[in-house]
Amino acid sequence: MFKILSNHIIAPEIRKIEIYAPEIAKRAKAGQFVVIRVDERGERIPLTLVDWNPNKGSITLVFQEVGVTTKKLGRVKKGKYILDVIGPLGNPTEVKNYGTIVGVGGGVGNACLLPVMREFKRAGNYTVSMIGARTSELLILEDELSEVSDELYIATDDGSRGYKGFVTDLLKRFLERRRPDLVYAVGPTIMMKVVSSITKPYGVKTIVSLNPIMVDGTGMCGACRVIVGGKLRFACIDGPEFDGHQVNFDALMNRLRMYKEEEELALSLLEKSIKR
Amino acid sequence: MVSRRSVPVRKLSLDKRLKTFEEVVLGYTESEALEEAKRCLKCKLEPCSKACPLNIDIAKFVEYIKERRFKKALEVILEKNPFPAITGRVCPQEVLCQRDCTLRKLGDPLAIGKLERFLGDYQIENNIMDLKVPEKVKGKVAIVGSGPAGLMGAVELRKLGYEVTIFEALHEAGGVMVYGIPEFRLPRRVLRFYINYVKKLGVNIVLDSVIGKIFTIEELLRDYDAVLLATGAGTPKFLNIPGEELNGVYSANEFLIRINLMKAYKFPYYDTPIKLGKRIAVVGGGNTAMDVSRIALRLGVEEVIVLYRRTEAEMPARREEVENAKEEGVKFMLLTQPIALIGDENGWVRKVKCIKMKLGKPDASGRRRPIPIPGSEFDVEVDNVVIAIGAEVNKLIQRTTPDLKVDRKGHVIVDEYGRTSIERVYAAGDVVTGAATVIEALAAAKKVAHTIHRDLHGGD
Repeated sequence: MFKILSNHIIAPEIRKIEIYAPEIAKRAKAGQFVVIRVDERGERIPLTLVDWNPNKGSITLVFQEVGVTTKKLGRVKKGKYILDVIGPLGNPTEVKNYGTIVGVGGGVGNACLLPVMREFKRAGNYTVSMIGARTSELLILEDELSEVSDELYIATDDGSRGYKGFVTDLLKRFLERRRPDLVYAVGPTIMMKVVSSITKPYGVKTIVSLNPIMVDGTGMCGACRVIVGGKLRFACIDGPEFDGHQVNFDALMNRLRMYKEEEELALSLLEKSIKR
Repeated sequence: MVSRRSVPVRKLSLDKRLKTFEEVVLGYTESEALEEAKRCLKCKLEPCSKACPLNIDIAKFVEYIKERRFKKALEVILEKNPFPAITGRVCPQEVLCQRDCTLRKLGDPLAIGKLERFLGDYQIENNIMDLKVPEKVKGKVAIVGSGPAGLMGAVELRKLGYEVTIFEALHEAGGVMVYGIPEFRLPRRVLRFYINYVKKLGVNIVLDSVIGKIFTIEELLRDYDAVLLATGAGTPKFLNIPGEELNGVYSANEFLIRINLMKAYKFPYYDTPIKLGKRIAVVGGGNTAMDVSRIALRLGVEEVIVLYRRTEAEMPARREEVENAKEEGVKFMLLTQPIALIGDENGWVRKVKCIKMKLGKPDASGRRRPIPIPGSEFDVEVDNVVIAIGAEVNKLIQRTTPDLKVDRKGHVIVDEYGRTSIERVYAAGDVVTGAATVIEALAAAKKVAHTIHRDLHGGD
């Protein structure tokens, strides 16, 4: 049982939740994730570690309430418990001084970008963050990212904040003028695909943090298999970060769609029961 | 005159079987057990006990059954094996205790497994637990994994006077017995009885703890006198053919975890889904392939076809399980090797491209090697493919424990007593041998528990 220490809406349908998990908090590293299960009938889903506080024994997760599990998690009030938190899972980001790093985030991925950019900054890199969202009110953790970034660029699809257009356009324009040593992308799979295709002709090393469907998250099921460099790899134990130029994003996007109908059915049933 | 034939065991009727996950083999009644026990010839050489990895005194417990002294009979087993209702169900007795049974010269061997199970069920019914442990604590041992090897190590070490903590990665204890073996072969009430027993012995089971991630082996060695690695072989193998990333394709492990652990057969009441069509191909010829096939039928899949590259004679699955699968309607395409999976425009698997095989000379496993027949390619139309060609060891711990010596396949290298290359770290079960049976893991863990005792306290 894991206690919820706080649970806030930080943008429409996006929540930030703090969970008491002292052993995980002690060992968590940037780039890692946890698997959670809310209740007895719950699914196991992976969520990226956004922050952790070893003194307080807490970990912080940010998630969009899009599916049954995230909706359920969003409804667990402060002081209540969820059944399982397993982690820290996955390999940590390889943090070292690369030089100049551009971090590209999209949607909830902006939250996942935060701990990674913080560590890159701490390791002496010059950090440039580019964050995107559909509209200004969905932009999250802007202040926190600004603190760990030497430069911060913002893009919204509707132009309500920063550049009007995709965050990947910002990257394209940046690469026309400057040459970073590393690009790190986390967010929607299509965004990471575009980022990787933009950086490839420039030969800029690109790391993407993948978020496929997982069950156990410990290398047992292979649900999270992705094709990287023509070979099957498990995102949970071989990743979640991979060389973006080697990832078969189309196969990954296809796998992410596998349970679309089931997800919709489960969600509509949950919403009905909530209304009741 | 001894009957040539074993007392047949009752099974759930076919129509009931295919609608539920209820246990298929019903086990002996008291009178059936008595009648079967009478067949034992009490051979002096005891070939049965010799072939049992735990050296259970089989003739002795069978004798007690004959005398209707079931509690005594059970105690004989418990001296060597704390989990008779499990092993009585999942042991491959036909290649162990029953293999050299003298009765085989006449006909059927003594149904030792069924008799063991009878006593195991008697134990559960009467809630018999041997909870004697020494009062004085001799030391602290951490066990990684709560599958057969982990549970056996825990019981043995507890009885030797150690404080034991088991770390389990999943949210339920039992390892392969909870995520892998389906309920119709091993009912969860049986597993729960023994997990409860292990807890009552005073063993602390900590769930949700992935060793190598939350604690390293090095950290465990600071808090414990010894560490026993019993992490099993839980990583699925794939065929490494084109199309395995397609939707509709499952590893056997994923399929089984979704069903057995996450209860996807109750979706949407349970949140985890599984998505099966009308026709499913299961690749492989082991017990896991049979389990997957039989589950699929219970989930309403119309046609289940096992694709296996050799013939039935070479199948690693237990005879009994192949028979059960056939009875239930599983079809077999033998001497058939998938070479590619082909998807539709939506990225869903629709065809398995196969090639016909023939058998050549025996290979390293002693079985005849399958050789592809050129030009014999053909397609099998499917809605799902489950790949059940075996499992490898999970390398999570190995990756964070550089000093731990492993072989090329990641198996932990141990000496004949179960000691690894790191002092005070031991290993037992599938993580050492690669995927094997429950009983072998039990036997190995027991031996290693005694090694730990010897190393820490000279075995006194």
